Amino acid sequence: MTIALDALGVTLGRRPVLRDVSATLGGGSLIGVVGPNGAGKSTLARAILRLVPARGRVLVDDTDAAALSRAELARTIAYLPQGQTLHWPLAVERLVALGRLPHLAPFSRIGAADHAAIERAIRFTDVGALRGRVATELSGGERARVLLARALAVEAPALIVDEPLASLDPGHQLEVMELLRAQAQGGALVVAVLHELTMAARFCDRLLLLDGGALVADGTPAEVLTPARLAAVYGIDAWIGTAGDAALVVPLRRCGDGRTG
Amino acid sequence: MPPPGGRHKRALVTLGLLLACVVAAALSVLVGPAGLPPGRLLAAAAGGDDWIARTILFELRLPRAVLALAVGAMLGAAGAALQGYLRNPLAEPSVLGASNAAALGAVVALYFGLAALHPVVLPLCAILATLVALALLFLLAGRSESPLTLILAGIAIGTMAGAGISLALNMAANPFAAMEIMTWLLGSLEDRSITHIWIALPCIAAGLALLLWDGRALDALTLGEDGALALGIDLGRARLRLLLGVAIGVGGAVAVSGAIGFVGLIVPHLVRPLTDRSPSALLVPSAIAGAALLTLADVLVRIIPSTNELKLGVVTAFVGVPVFLVYLMRERRLW
Repeated sequence: MTIALDALGVTLGRRPVLRDVSATLGGGSLIGVVGPNGAGKSTLARAILRLVPARGRVLVDDTDAAALSRAELARTIAYLPQGQTLHWPLAVERLVALGRLPHLAPFSRIGAADHAAIERAIRFTDVGALRGRVATELSGGERARVLLARALAVEAPALIVDEPLASLDPGHQLEVMELLRAQAQGGALVVAVLHELTMAARFCDRLLLLDGGALVADGTPAEVLTPARLAAVYGIDAWIGTAGDAALVVPLRRCGDGRTG
Repeated sequence: MPPPGGRHKRALVTLGLLLACVVAAALSVLVGPAGLPPGRLLAAAAGGDDWIARTILFELRLPRAVLALAVGAMLGAAGAALQGYLRNPLAEPSVLGASNAAALGAVVALYFGLAALHPVVLPLCAILATLVALALLFLLAGRSESPLTLILAGIAIGTMAGAGISLALNMAANPFAAMEIMTWLLGSLEDRSITHIWIALPCIAAGLALLLWDGRALDALTLGEDGALALGIDLGRARLRLLLGVAIGVGGAVAVSGAIGFVGLIVPHLVRPLTDRSPSALLVPSAIAGAALLTLADVLVRIIPSTNELKLGVVTAFVGVPVFLVYLMRERRLW
């Protein structure tokens, strides 16, 4: 499973939000998309899913994504949007089952294969104990796992998650990153938009660094997260090191260039 | 997509609501100002030669019961579909201007005396006006998939239609003309005939079919527009079907019944606790419950002693507001 981006660009109003991003994203890896606020990370995710009008091409296993139907694309790439709101108080199991929608033929009932997929997603994210609970009444950590289960129930070869760690405590952040890494190790292509640079450095196989809508660096975390780049892109002085075998990126202060980012 | 245990519950709820419908329909046929004993009605139904009972049964009470069921089903389903689509528990057919536009069409027919030409003219004007309102709605809301744009455009259209109705009342040639319009606006199923059934039923059937089509799209919208699109839902087509369904169905319903408020709003709220709260699970039960509720309300207007028969729209509003307030208190949300 590969997703190839060919000069992908997005203009909202008259403002260019994404400028000619090209990259080839291969399966079996966890790829982090990092960059300051407004760098175009979410727009990149949405452009891949054809949720915003975009220039350039997205190739899904050598097929132009524009030639795929919405349902075909939905079966290929699962998506967990940023700050997912739930508009109705569904039970957890019912919410996870929504992930099977792309697979259902019109007017058909949910089948044994769908139930199996739902159960796999529930087991994988360990939300079995929550299955009868109302999804809008869960704690932040439970909710993050349940929403991830919903996306995993699609059983698509690719998964794009937008800021899955937002408002999670350190323990739950580690938990979600471990789940994403396990999913990648299972052969899926996982693309995660992240703000937590330490998490990105520690768990991702590869990082795409965006700034002002352009892809300014693409490589392993060690290649991408250098003090000079963090100063240029985020406007921060950061301490980059390791604790045992775990990478650490600690922002120390803003650089003196007056940037407020 | 209910879990295995849920399917059982769902069938039970549907069955219970259907039973309520049957009871309501039976009451509607048996109760009336003529005070005919059930035995005489049964004999007439079985083909007796009691022509008074036959006339009352087949030309007055049956059409009235059938229309109450159909209009109620349409309003209930439209409310459920719109609440799901707009993700707003306060949505009902009137938020998109459909009810007001239909009423304006009917009022225009009354005002210019067209309604006196033939009984078909008034309902046809109402349906035509709803379709015009729908076209306007699409022009105003454009290609935007945001529910807010749609609600704002709907409110604009509804308000404009409301102003048109007020203008007709304002300019009415004499108090009797104004009274005729007012009476129609209050909503009633009194003295409806087979002709009305032929006008309303096809519209309502088409409307219900269009609304029931998109249960899955409504479920997916629980995750917002992006979430639904990423689940492979074609939102543009879903919206077209939904709005057409509301316009045709509610247009046809309002055309024969007059403006009947609150059924579309309260029925989904009454039914929701009986379901798994997903928008798709709500559609069919809301239609059945709407049918039962409106038929019962229509029985109520006949048995409440009053000098003028109470109008249906008045009764549904009086029943509706308290239910609405209780919901608001229980949810403790301010929308």
